Amino acid sequence: MAKMIGSIEVDTEKCKGCSLCVVACPTDVIALSDKVNGKGYNYAYMSNPEACTGCTNCALVCPDSCITVYRQKVEVV
Amino acid sequence: MAEVINDIKRSENLVYAKTKVLTDNVMHYCPGCSHGVVHKVLAEVIDEMGIQEVTLGVAPVGCAVLIYNYIDIDWQEAAHGRAPALATAMKRLRPDRYVFTYQGDGDLAAIGTAETIHACNRGENIVIIFINNGIYGMTGGQMAPTTLEGMKTATCPYGREPSHDGNPLKITELLAQLPGTAYVTRQSVHTAAAVRKTKKAIRKAFEKQKENKGTSVVEIVSTCNSGWKLTPVEANKWMEENMFPFYPLGDMKDE
Ligand code: SF4
Ligand code: SF4
Repeated sequence: MAKMIGSIEVDTEKCKGCSLCVVACPTDVIALSDKVNGKGYNYAYMSNPEACTGCTNCALVCPDSCITVYRQKVEVV
Repeated sequence: MAEVINDIKRSENLVYAKTKVLTDNVMHYCPGCSHGVVHKVLAEVIDEMGIQEVTLGVAPVGCAVLIYNYIDIDWQEAAHGRAPALATAMKRLRPDRYVFTYQGDGDLAAIGTAETIHACNRGENIVIIFINNGIYGMTGGQMAPTTLEGMKTATCPYGREPSHDGNPLKITELLAQLPGTAYVTRQSVHTAAAVRKTKKAIRKAFEKQKENKGTSVVEIVSTCNSGWKLTPVEANKWMEENMFPFYPLGDMKDE
């Protein structure tokens, strides 16, 4: 069976920790880190990377265009 | 699995990245502000239509006053509210260019009401992007023409009272009545689906300009989470519950 797996890259220095990507993700991939970036914001990261489908929802809603999305079809058994 | 996930981060698997029409500057907006999303969508439309070199924007006075630092096209900066007048001149002098204004509700619906209405009534062949968050964001959250009845702001701390403060102005509905407007729509950017729709609407507005149809107005009901004193996520929810019933989303005119 083929399945879409995705992955995101967050520009953690640009992220303002607004959480809009967190709630936009249909599969609960993203959380805000306990760590902060140079501006003091808790930045977004993939806390549950296995669940990402590469749907791009998080990237679409991000006001600071911090998210890059990759997606690939893989065969799973 | 972790290796697979890292392994897919290759250029051939790239499905979404920041458009090059947006500069690398960090936006000055508050975390979660709708402006950033609208800037991005606008930049993506300019990118996808291949019109970066032939698009002229008019920046407003308001939070988006520095928009020229973020979208990499040629800009003019208008005096407060005068963007449609400036855009009129620009489009008439350079009909070969795509011309748009980017304005907030204080700019477009208060100090610039006359310019807005007359440009639309003349049917100037421009696009107006209108950000409506029901408040004066930049100056500290004062009441705007679009502030909802009962909504609390710095200058109506007990909530807007129409008998004293007047009624909220549905200026977009008003503009849709004018013969000069070709396409008038109200959208939002609070979900991924809404962002996709807003992008289609902005694209359509630019296509109308290409066909010389007249003025297009794309209102985007937006949040000002700092001014509303809510978190970005709460602000989106508040907008859905309070702004959308009074400012319903959808096309008002498409000719
Ligand atoms: S691409 Fe889709 S599934 Fe993956 S993190 Fe973003 S919203 Fe979630
Ligand atoms: S939406 Fe963007 S700025 Fe907000 S937390 Fe997510 S990555 Fe950071």
